[in-house]
Amino acid sequence: MKALRYLLPLALFAAIVLFLGVGLGLNPREVPSPLIGKPAPAFKLPRLDDASQTISRDDMLGKVWMLNVWASWCAPCREEHPLVVDIARRQLVPVYGLNYKDKPAAAKGWLAGLGNPYRATLVDADGRVGIDFGVYGVPETFIIDKQGIVRLKHTGPLTPEVVRERIEPLLKELNAPA
Amino acid sequence: MRRPDCLRLHVFGWARGIALAAVLGIAALAPAGAREAAPASADPILEAHVMRLSAELRCLVCQNETIAASHAELAVDLRNQVREMLQKGRTDAEIMAYMTDRYGDFVLYRPPLKSTTWLLWFGPALLLLGGLLALLVILRRRSHLADDRFEPEPDGEEGAVTKTTPPMPGTISPIPPR
Repeated sequence: MKALRYLLPLALFAAIVLFLGVGLGLNPREVPSPLIGKPAPAFKLPRLDDASQTISRDDMLGKVWMLNVWASWCAPCREEHPLVVDIARRQLVPVYGLNYKDKPAAAKGWLAGLGNPYRATLVDADGRVGIDFGVYGVPETFIIDKQGIVRLKHTGPLTPEVVRERIEPLLKELNAPA
Repeated sequence: MRRPDCLRLHVFGWARGIALAAVLGIAALAPAGAREAAPASADPILEAHVMRLSAELRCLVCQNETIAASHAELAVDLRNQVREMLQKGRTDAEIMAYMTDRYGDFVLYRPPLKSTTWLLWFGPALLLLGGLLALLVILRRRSHLADDRFEPEPDGEEGAVTKTTPPMPGTISPIPPR
């Protein structure tokens, strides 16, 4: 009974420390996306290299693909870009770009200067498709499966850890023969 | 390295001054509305409605601001979206559903009441109840303690009575002797 008098505050303190510690480790920027496990929003957007051609969501059905939301005005996009180039070079997954609220000339200059890892870049000039995808912090990356279901969303620049620990295993799983 | 920079700054100070004055002059001439990118409609009732809904929505870029208060570009876009949907005659509920479909419950400043948010809604009340309960238990236990467990009364008369005398309710010393 006497021990409880000392142990109880200690236990309470430990619980508070635990909760605060976990809270510190969480990233408030990483807002869980309601899109995970749901069909990707419909879109039909012109290509950056040829505005007369469009790509729609349904054109992408049947393959696992990665959508990387970027803009030439976005500094962290520059930071993650070598990783995107690396993903494309290793042919992990076909990468498509969503050029978010950007000017086509600036976007083309950006790709010419830093390398173009994208099979195609879709132009979302007014950010409407970005809103449909719940984009709030460029860069963002989505993995969409063969059925057009969003399987992963990463907000903020990709890191080697994210690619290695989240994206690669998921791709392996999604591309496994059924 | 610093010195030439400082010198240059000094020499070109007057040029910077003129440039600054020009910029300020232009800024003063520009209409006040130019600060806000949102094309506010002429209808004040609609605008009030847009702002009322926007005040319920969290800006995901700045997180502690509503999209009514935020100047982030996304907030401006989302306000425009709200305005557009209202103009099309959508209901408030439809607009809120549109936002949560894309950004999750996190966009709502008033989280919905559901099984995953019970702790959020009722946690504080539970803590209060637990505290009151603990207080009650301690008070009751003390009221059953023998008199000599307490400090004697200052006048020394009542404190000296026998152990069997029932204690006065509410005779509590701030620090019970061990």
